[in-house]
Parts: sequence; C-alpha cells; structure tokens
Amino acid sequence: MARLAYGLAALVAVGAAALGLHGMFGGAFTLQIGWLVPLGGLQLTLDPLAGFFLLVIAVGVAPASVYAIGSAGGARRGLGAYLVFVVSMCLVPLAANMMTFAIAWELMSLASYLLVLHERESRESLRAGWVYAVMTHAGLACLLAGMMLLGAWTGSSEFADWRAAAPGLGGGARSVAFVLLALGFAGKAGVIPLHVWLPLAHPAAPSHVSALMSGVMIKLGVYGLLRASFDWLGAGPPWWGVAVLIVGAVSSVIGVLYALVEHDLKKLLAFHSIENIGIILIGIGAGLLYQGAGLEALALLGVVAALYHTLNHAAFKALLFLGAGAVVHATGTRNIEEMGGLIKRMPWTAACFLVGSAAISALPPLNGFVSEWLTFLALLQNTHLARPSLSLAFALGIAGLALTGGLAMACFVKAFGITFLALPRSEAAARAHEAPPAMRIAMVLLAVTCAALGLGPTWVVPALATVAGALLGDTPPVAFGDWLTLRVSEGFATGSALAIAAALGVALVALPLGLRVAGASRRRRAYETWGCGRIGQTARMEYTATAFANPFKRVFDFLYRPTKKLDIDFHPESRFFVERIEYENPTRSIFDDWLYRPVLDGLSGVARAARAIQSGSANLYLAYILAVLLIMLVLA
Amino acid sequence: MIAAIAVAVAQVIVVGAGAPLLVGVLRTLKARLVGRRGPSPWQPYADLRKLLAKEVVVSTTTSWIFRATPYVLAATMLVASLIVPVFLARPPLAFPGDVILLMYLFLLGTFFLALAGLDAGSAFGGMGSSREVAVAALAEPTIIVAVFALAMRAETIDLARVVERFSREPLLAANPAHLLAFAAFFIVMLAETGRLPVDNPATHLELTMIHEAMVLEYSGRYLALVEWASAMKLCLFMTLLANLFFPWGAGGLTGPAAIPLGVLVLAGKLVLLVIALAVLETTVAKLRLFRVPELLAGSFALAILSVMAVVLV
Repeated sequence: MARLAYGLAALVAVGAAALGLHGMFGGAFTLQIGWLVPLGGLQLTLDPLAGFFLLVIAVGVAPASVYAIGSAGGARRGLGAYLVFVVSMCLVPLAANMMTFAIAWELMSLASYLLVLHERESRESLRAGWVYAVMTHAGLACLLAGMMLLGAWTGSSEFADWRAAAPGLGGGARSVAFVLLALGFAGKAGVIPLHVWLPLAHPAAPSHVSALMSGVMIKLGVYGLLRASFDWLGAGPPWWGVAVLIVGAVSSVIGVLYALVEHDLKKLLAFHSIENIGIILIGIGAGLLYQGAGLEALALLGVVAALYHTLNHAAFKALLFLGAGAVVHATGTRNIEEMGGLIKRMPWTAACFLVGSAAISALPPLNGFVSEWLTFLALLQNTHLARPSLSLAFALGIAGLALTGGLAMACFVKAFGITFLALPRSEAAARAHEAPPAMRIAMVLLAVTCAALGLGPTWVVPALATVAGALLGDTPPVAFGDWLTLRVSEGFATGSALAIAAALGVALVALPLGLRVAGASRRRRAYETWGCGRIGQTARMEYTATAFANPFKRVFDFLYRPTKKLDIDFHPESRFFVERIEYENPTRSIFDDWLYRPVLDGLSGVARAARAIQSGSANLYLAYILAVLLIMLVLA
Repeated sequence: MIAAIAVAVAQVIVVGAGAPLLVGVLRTLKARLVGRRGPSPWQPYADLRKLLAKEVVVSTTTSWIFRATPYVLAATMLVASLIVPVFLARPPLAFPGDVILLMYLFLLGTFFLALAGLDAGSAFGGMGSSREVAVAALAEPTIIVAVFALAMRAETIDLARVVERFSREPLLAANPAHLLAFAAFFIVMLAETGRLPVDNPATHLELTMIHEAMVLEYSGRYLALVEWASAMKLCLFMTLLANLFFPWGAGGLTGPAAIPLGVLVLAGKLVLLVIALAVLETTVAKLRLFRVPELLAGSFALAILSVMAVVLV
C-alpha cells in the first residue's frame, strides 16, 4: 500500500516532467474551475517559467519517491502528507490567481510542517516544527500583504492583470510590493537572515522529504522571486538588483561557513542549501541590474545562470540528502564524527555521494561547475553598466562567489572524507550495510542526472534561454554556439564541457599506459599506515571533523565566536594520568544572538507590560469596553 | 587540424617534460644562494626515475580514492597545460581557455588530493588536507578578482585574447592596476603551489607542513605522479604569471619557427621568475600557519585595489 503510493508519487513526477517540458517549449494551457475555490476560482496556467519549475520539481520528486519505496518500507506514517506535499508543490508554479496561489502555497507549507514533525517524540523535532511554522507564516503574512496591495492597486486578483497594470503603478508603490513579496519568498528560500528555520527543519524530516524540501521546495521561493520581480512588476530601480545581489553573496558565503563547522551530516547539507540559494540570487540580482539598465542580453545570461543553478541544485542536493539518508539508515547517527570507513561497506552510496560532492563543489566536468561558470560570466561583464560604484559591488560579488566555491570544496572534503574514508569511528559505522536496491537506483539516477547536466550545457542552455527570454519579455534571440562549444555573449567567453571531459578521460587512460611504457614498477604491497613507529592503528588516531574545520574556525572567528570548554578529570594519585577528558568547541550564531533574540525579548517585554491591564476580572473588562465606547463617542 | 594537434602535443610535452627541470633549477639556485653546492638541476628527473622503479606501499586502510588520486591529479595538470597559453597566445585544439575553468581544474586536483590525505587515516594526512583546503579556499577569491582586473583592461576573460591584447598594446599594462594585480597573483601563486612563506616544500617532518603532510602515505610510482603533478602546477602558475603580466613575445609569432622561438622566450621569462622566487625563498622565513590567512587577506586587498585602480584611473 505505502509502496504503491510512493510509486504513484513517482508517476505524478513523470507526468509533471512531461508537462513541464511541454510548457518550456511553448506549450500553454489554462484551466479554470470557478466553483472550486472562493474569490476567483481555481485558475491554473502553464507558461515556460512554470514549466521549468515543474521540471525541477520532477527532478527531485521522482528519485525521492523511488528512494522512499526502499527506505520507508511499508510504514504509512507521513504518507498522506507526502502526497499532498508533492501535489501542492506542482500546483504552486501553475497558479494563476492570488487565491489559488495562496492555497497551494499554504498546503505545501502545512504538509511539509507535518513531515518535519515525523518524529513527534523528540524535543528537537518539536522545536524544529515550531520555528518552521512561525517563520513560514511570517513569510506568508508578507506575501499576502504584498499580493493584496497589488490586487487593490490593479483592481484584480489575476496575475495576468498585474502583469499588464504594474508598469503603470508609481515607483514607490512598486517598491513596497517588491519588498513585501521578496521578503515572503526569500523566507521560503531560506535566505540569510531569514534562514533560521532551514537547518532545523530540513534534517528533522525523513531523508527523502529533506531531499525535496532542500532540493525543490525552497526553489519555489526562487520561483516566486523571479515571478514577482521580472513578470509581475517588471524592470525596477537599480537598488532592487543590488539588494538581491548582496543578499545572495552574503547568504552564499555565510551559509557555507556555517556548513563548515557543522558535523551533523543533514544539517551540513541544509546549510549548503542556503549557500546555493545565495548563488542563485547572485544570478537573479545581476539579471535585475542588467534589465534595469536595458542590457537585455546580459539580463538573459544572469537569469539563465540562476535557472541552471536551480536545476543543478535540485539534482545534486537531492542526491546528497538521499546519500546522507542511506548513511543515517545504515549507522543510526547523523554525527559524522561517529562515521568513517563507509566506502568499503557502502560502495554504491559512497560513489554517488562523491559525485554529488564534486558537483556541489563546482568541480568540472560536473553540473555545478557549468552554472557557477555562467554566473561568473554574468558578473564579469558588469563594465557594460558604466557605473564604477556598481562595478565595485560586482567585484565583491565575484569575490564572494569565488570564496564560496573554495569553501564548498573544503567542506565536502570534510563531509566525504570523514564520513566515508579511513577507519570506522564507531561500532555502528563498522557494522554498516549497503542501502537496499530502490534507494541505490534513486541515487544512481540522480548521479547520472548530475553528470548529464554537466556534460550537456550546449543543449540545456538554449532551452533555459527560451524560458528566460519569455520571462524577460521581448528579448532578441541569443546564440549559444554549437553542440560542442558554448559561446557566451558573442564570444566573451567560450567553453566546452564535453571537450574538457574528453581530455580528462584521455589523460586518465593515457597515464597508466604511459607508466607501463616507461617501464614503471607494477609491484604493490599492502601494509599498515605509517605512524611514527607506534604500534597498531585505531580510529582514535584519525583526524576528526572538528580538527578539520579548526583552521576555518580560527580564521573566521568573528563570525563563529567559538567558546572552548575543556574538562579534565585527573587520577587522584598523579596529575599525569588523565582519567577522562571532555572537550567542546561550540560556535554561536550571531543571527540568533543579535537579531532574533532582541526581537523575541522585545515581544515578551511588550507582552509582560500588557499583563498589567489583564487582571482576569470580568468587571474590569466590562469597564474597558465602556471606556473605549466613550472615547469613540467623544472622538466621533 | 594537424598543426593544432602538433601544437597541443608540443604544449603538453613542454609543460610535462620541462616542469621537473624548473623545480631542479629552483633548488640549485636556492642551494647556491645559501652557499651550498646543491644537486644538479637534472636531479628531479633522476628522482622520478628512481620512484618509478620502486614498489608501491599502500596502506590497508585506504580505498580506491587513494589509488585513483595520483592519476586524477596528473590528468588535471595535463588538461590544464592545454588551456594555459604556454608559448603561443592561442592555446591549441581551440580549447577555449578561460581562467575560471583553470582554477576549478586545480581545485579538482586539490579535492582528490585532500581526500587521499584523509584516506589513510593517519593524523598527518588529515592535518595536511585540512590546511591545504583552507589555503586553497582562501586563495580562490584573489585569483579571480586579480584576473577580473586584467579582464577589465583587456575587455575579455579569454586568456588567449588577454595575452594578445596586452602584447599588441603594451601601453595598456602601464597602469597601477597591472602592478597590483601582479603582486596579488604572485602571493597567491606562492600559496597555491606550497612555496615559502606559506609552506615549506623542502621538509617532510615539520609540524607546520601542509602539502608534504598530505602526500606522506604515497610511495613508488604514485609518489612520482604526485611530485610530477606538483612540479607541473608550479610550472603552469609561473607560465601564467609570465604570459599574463609580461605577454611580450608570446603572441604574434607565426610560422614553423614559432614553437622553438616561443619556448625560448618562455624559458627566458621563467628563468627570471625562478630567480625572483629563489631569492624570496632564501630571504623569508615560513609564516606561522595562522598568519597565512593574513597574507592571503593582504593579497586579496591588493586585488581589490587593482580593480579600483582600473575603475578610477
């Protein structure tokens, strides 16, 4: 029964992919059922952008559902919520009026809230669910306010009417709508500083749901931002773009820095989602700036880079979460300090996780590289704006993106190396077993997708350009070279993923052959690891994840503000015999301490002050009513 | 087509075969500067031959990552040598080189090498990996921003066209931005290739070491590949430095004599850079590990200043 339902979800994904591809290549339809939903009826429209996001959803949902067949087994818990979650996500990009959108959006949030509460028994889960519920509804409040303002100003709740009427609105009104909508969507996307729910909620859910929340659901925030800024409101003042660009750069760098010191595997991946959303926002910000300056070809490039990264992130983040799920399934822990050596016991999972790690670190020839490369190219051409002050902002964006790339590589050396390599660090890791076939199939599918998206940019980019072109309005068609070589901005840069991959392949084949021709010795001896003469190697001699991240903790201590706790029990006879050592080096979040804590404290302060007039006596409340009535009468 | 393939092969051969000599010359020079006789400049070739003839000792703790890494590392360097303009401005096989691809290829090598460092499960390897990725990550923004400054002057990020443009219009280089970007790039080269004052390439057992700690478990032909790849990385970075910042002679040569002439010109430029590096390495001491980020931050500041100079001057 449960297996059948997950199979059905996979079929829904296949259907969504077909519909999405149809929409991306110009297929359009409108579905209207007036009686189903109040205030305008259910209204769904397929356009290229909606089609693209349906495809992104399908890329995540299909493997996640196949994986769930293996991991969930016959368990029914969360099954209904999962199906509602999948269907409501598919409805969000199709919604064509305010009410349809709001209902689909809220259904998606509620279903994922139930899935976050999967382990209702743990306090951690309950807290995650609570923070998620509060943040997502704060975002919804912003969204509804923005949408209702737009509805009131344009006199319609249909998105098509907003598109037509928005250019006629005043600059101030459009900026107010932009800020409200952007806040709402950025909250769902997990942009810093609205990210606090993300590292709590994503790990709490079962792994196939984490894969969907991180890989797909937060992308709908990106969808909303694209829809609101390019489609509904049209070209805006430069500060919209600068704001999105800077928020993106900050999110990417800080997201990856938090990931570096995180040793809960699923939390680490959740922080990387914040980083990747940042990279996507950098592309969107560049697109907004270029569009505002009338540079359509460059705006197109920025949006194409953002869309490509959206698709890529859906593929590799789903892959990594599924891999993490398999590891957690096998070892029963999420703490990578208790893992190690899994590559020998879980070779398939390890290989897939390695592909995902290389892809998210933007290493050629995988997909992450292509989209980061395109983002770099969009940023590097800012001299066309002819505004020195903007060029400097762009230079910092470029530096942020480059730093993010390097730090992500460092973080995944840690994540893969400590989890899968060397000796097992715990009993559970030593007894780990490979994931069941359905889970392996799902991971291999996604790994192949990552490789294909990395090798085939010459086919993907033109398709994304049609989506971006339709979003930006009437842009002249842009050529992107032939099947082998991608030419960007009329030869500003060219690149060929296929050629690089082929050259790497040739070199990898030629090197062993060359060594043989050169007469190199082929003898090999297995022996223990060299260890300065100590006898016997144990896992306690290995480098830990904490130690691995320590250089970063020292360099960026202004962000982490690490505190050190060292607790040693000596032997009563002599100080030179240590019985027990406890070392902790936790970090503190500046966003919790400096942003959320003061706000929450302020709120409780107000509530405490209000308690003074709340005595609980009915007579007093009647007196209040009388007083207010009198005041109203006097004022009237 | 045949000419292009010939140039490609020539370029790989020049980098692949010349890199050990570059390291040898550097070592000899350093020895002379401190008053030792030192080994012959050809010593690295003898070392490689010796390593190739020896058997490999592989730790039983390791996985296929450890055994694959030397090949991946050497392969990335060989592919990188097709992208860098070595003796002709336009790299062969129409490999549309741009610096972002190059930097991420180097990162690919670092990624695998750092994983291999963790694979054997010894504390040395993990320490080396952790430090190596930290230095690589912090060096990354400087490279891209320094090249961005050059690209703004040359109006392209295609390495070939940067070289062509600068050799055609030498006056473009007469700008403070050029000097600042050069300084930034030079510091990053020291960090990326593990030279003093960031890392000490001459020692195997020192608590402050980075690169050498990471490759401690390697032996035999694996070590030969890793050493060869490191030499190629140094050679590629110095070539890049030479051709991007002093492009004269690299572009514009045509005809059958172009390759030998280009190689000669390149050799001349590299010798000057090697002398500078040898003098630097004999006069500075190694920095404490946690002072290295300050050096890298300094180079990043230089790169940003260079961009500002392009915009303002």
